[in-house]
Amino acid sequence: MQEIVRMVDILKVYPNGIVANQKVNFSIVEGEIHALVGENGAGKSTLMKILFGIEQPTEGSIVLNGQEVKFSNPQEAIKHGIGMVHQHFMLVPSLTVAENIVLGDEPKKAGGLLDIQKAIADTAEIAKRYHFDIDPKAKVEDCSVGTKQKIEILKALFHGAKVLILDEPTAVLTPQETSELFKELMLLKDKGHTIVFISHKLNEVKEITDRITIMRAGKDVGTYDTDKVSKEDISNLMVGREIVWDLDKSKAEPRDVAVQVENVTLVNEHKRKLLDDVNFSIRKGEILGVVGVEGNGQRELVDVLTGLQQASLGTITINGENIQRYSIRKIRDLGLSHIPEDRMTLGVAEYASIEENLLSIYFDKPEFLNGPFMKLKQINAWAKEKVVDYRVKTGSEKTPVKMLSGGNIQKVVVAREFSNNPKVIIADQPTRGIDVGAAQFIHKKLIELRDKGCAVLLVSADLTEVMDLSDSLVVFYNGRIVGYFEDASLLSETELGLYMLGLKAQSEAEIRRCVYA
Amino acid sequence: MINLLTPEFLFTVIRVTTPILLAAMAAVICNKAGVVNIALEGIMLTSALTGVLISGFTQNLWLGALGGIVGGVFIAFLLAYFALYLKTDIILGGIALNLLTVGGTVFVMFAITGDKGATNSVRSLQFPSINIPFIQDIPIIGQMLSGHNLLTYLAIVMVFLVYFLLYKTTFGLRLRAVGENPDAASSVGIDVNRIQLYALLLSGVIASFGGMYMSMAYLKVFTTNMVAGRGYIALAAAAMGQANPVGTSIASLLFGFMESFGYQLQSRGIPSQFINMVPYVSTIIGLVLYAQYRQRQIAKKKIQKIHEEEVKA
Repeated sequence: MQEIVRMVDILKVYPNGIVANQKVNFSIVEGEIHALVGENGAGKSTLMKILFGIEQPTEGSIVLNGQEVKFSNPQEAIKHGIGMVHQHFMLVPSLTVAENIVLGDEPKKAGGLLDIQKAIADTAEIAKRYHFDIDPKAKVEDCSVGTKQKIEILKALFHGAKVLILDEPTAVLTPQETSELFKELMLLKDKGHTIVFISHKLNEVKEITDRITIMRAGKDVGTYDTDKVSKEDISNLMVGREIVWDLDKSKAEPRDVAVQVENVTLVNEHKRKLLDDVNFSIRKGEILGVVGVEGNGQRELVDVLTGLQQASLGTITINGENIQRYSIRKIRDLGLSHIPEDRMTLGVAEYASIEENLLSIYFDKPEFLNGPFMKLKQINAWAKEKVVDYRVKTGSEKTPVKMLSGGNIQKVVVAREFSNNPKVIIADQPTRGIDVGAAQFIHKKLIELRDKGCAVLLVSADLTEVMDLSDSLVVFYNGRIVGYFEDASLLSETELGLYMLGLKAQSEAEIRRCVYA
Repeated sequence: MINLLTPEFLFTVIRVTTPILLAAMAAVICNKAGVVNIALEGIMLTSALTGVLISGFTQNLWLGALGGIVGGVFIAFLLAYFALYLKTDIILGGIALNLLTVGGTVFVMFAITGDKGATNSVRSLQFPSINIPFIQDIPIIGQMLSGHNLLTYLAIVMVFLVYFLLYKTTFGLRLRAVGENPDAASSVGIDVNRIQLYALLLSGVIASFGGMYMSMAYLKVFTTNMVAGRGYIALAAAAMGQANPVGTSIASLLFGFMESFGYQLQSRGIPSQFINMVPYVSTIIGLVLYAQYRQRQIAKKKIQKIHEEEVKA
């Protein structure tokens, strides 16, 4: 196998003084799928941005096919056969698939006219060559997320990519789309393309890659053949400390009911039932997991529980109080905490500091107030304490949240939501897109709070997470509960899959068991 | 009652629509490129003055037209320089230019002609009116469509030219890509700033024709602030037409219709202060109706998506 890219002693210091890469060495050989793994903020993205010409290294060199190259922008990298599929798609929604793919290198007729027929033909041809099932004439805005990703990959191939960098490609995909993607990646590899696969998901890394380079705190900690290292080894190298894969979790001792959901139905303005007669209880001292394929009512359930939306019918009581028409504030005052799915929109104000974000639900607490004035010293001391307690990696509690990595932002959200002696926690995708260390920390905290008698509702698309962490499980399908499992540990993933896809459902009586008096 | 369906009235509608339509086409190009050309008003005003002055001094219509274009494009270039290279807020930059040109044109007019109200002393030239063979002989239709100013026909041709440019050329494809997702465009090597600069300059050319129509066709002189908000109405038309050339033309026609309607009312003895409000009130009403329609469309699209997902599931 011939080496295609070698990055030598890459040092990257950002203007704000952050050292993102410290003498990193990275090498890939032709025709392999190479995983690049590491915690959030370990420097993977920076390294790949340097390879793709988005960032320039402070020191170090890039050798491509034996020749030293310098890319001052992505176009130069593209010209040298490097392509990158970003986490956020770089597509133009109102244009067709073909138009998006040829953009920047369009087939032309005389006089600057766009040769749309050739664009469509070229797109169809390249899609066929790589067995991508795609309609060149479809508008991108009508395409699913999975299809959009295929378009991105095809676009890179159209522009001549031999080396393809995929930045967490599966983060947005369903399990089915992921397996389809993997088939396509294997085919690309067979056709001689080289793929760099950035991921947190060690299962996927193990499944698809040939070699792994692990990064930690801006340094590379080695490259390994994938089949010679175990998941445990990888995670140890990533975080540099022992990760206990089996959650240290005692059996739950559920007590009386904290949240009672009765006959809750949510109808949207077009009379479609997003939640359809939902009944269940969350008991103190248990973690109730909610699973389902995305779009089956989980989001709406979280919305009605937290007061973001009003249920159309039915009642929700928290510790005996009916929360209908309660403001979000009033619901929170009952002891409800909410870790929202989209932390950047609902979780934090990105330009505000860590301290301000922490304070955002406590600013009117008497201990922080002196008449109309805030007790800034006390607030600052308190914020400092939280930053330490929740291991938020930052230079100062005054840093804008935007500057933190995903995992650290989530720790800020969690620190705020858990500091209120919560009685009920609604945790919606609490560890999505964050590194193993931070995720484990949040899991531990959730279990700790459960043991203190907190009622926890855990919604997660990560089946491993929801199965490991939950004591009991409900499965949502089409806005309804189709299954209740009192002991989540007795359940297999395949069994769960049948319920999630609506192929199996329990009887009314069995489902009713999730309602406790 | 006022009879609105006379050929004379419809002739007036077309006449009145012309400057709005030209400016609206200029707005379409910029909107599609993701830059709001708020300085259309100032571009039109400047070109209206420079067109009159240069045609008056050279006694050559084409040099005058060139002068008008140069004047308008200069303002468009200033806006581009502020917004794209100095990165100021384009709205603020545009408003500043509009205010500047209101005073600036009067200043220049006074300096050259000694008159603060109009360029009556300059013997400027006009764009000719054209009778279209065959069509002019058709009853009613001939009266409506024939005998308009050259620039009116240019405005109609412009709709097709803009459509062609946006949807049939590679430049148009890149321009739309830049307007919708600049990151996507630049990730495949398109220079976003340059495309937006071209869009602004091009819109400067088109809007200049609208400005010159005011002073060299609609009227025969330049008068103080003669564009009177048509640049802003054109922006409203482009918004209502979703920056689609055809939809924008229809919206422009609607505003032209309302303005002509106002003139009709005037001849019926309604106070002119009210008449003068008509184009602007109709713009506001039009935008509100349009916004409501859009909201419903978005909601409809959402349901469609939900249904499609249901079918898939």
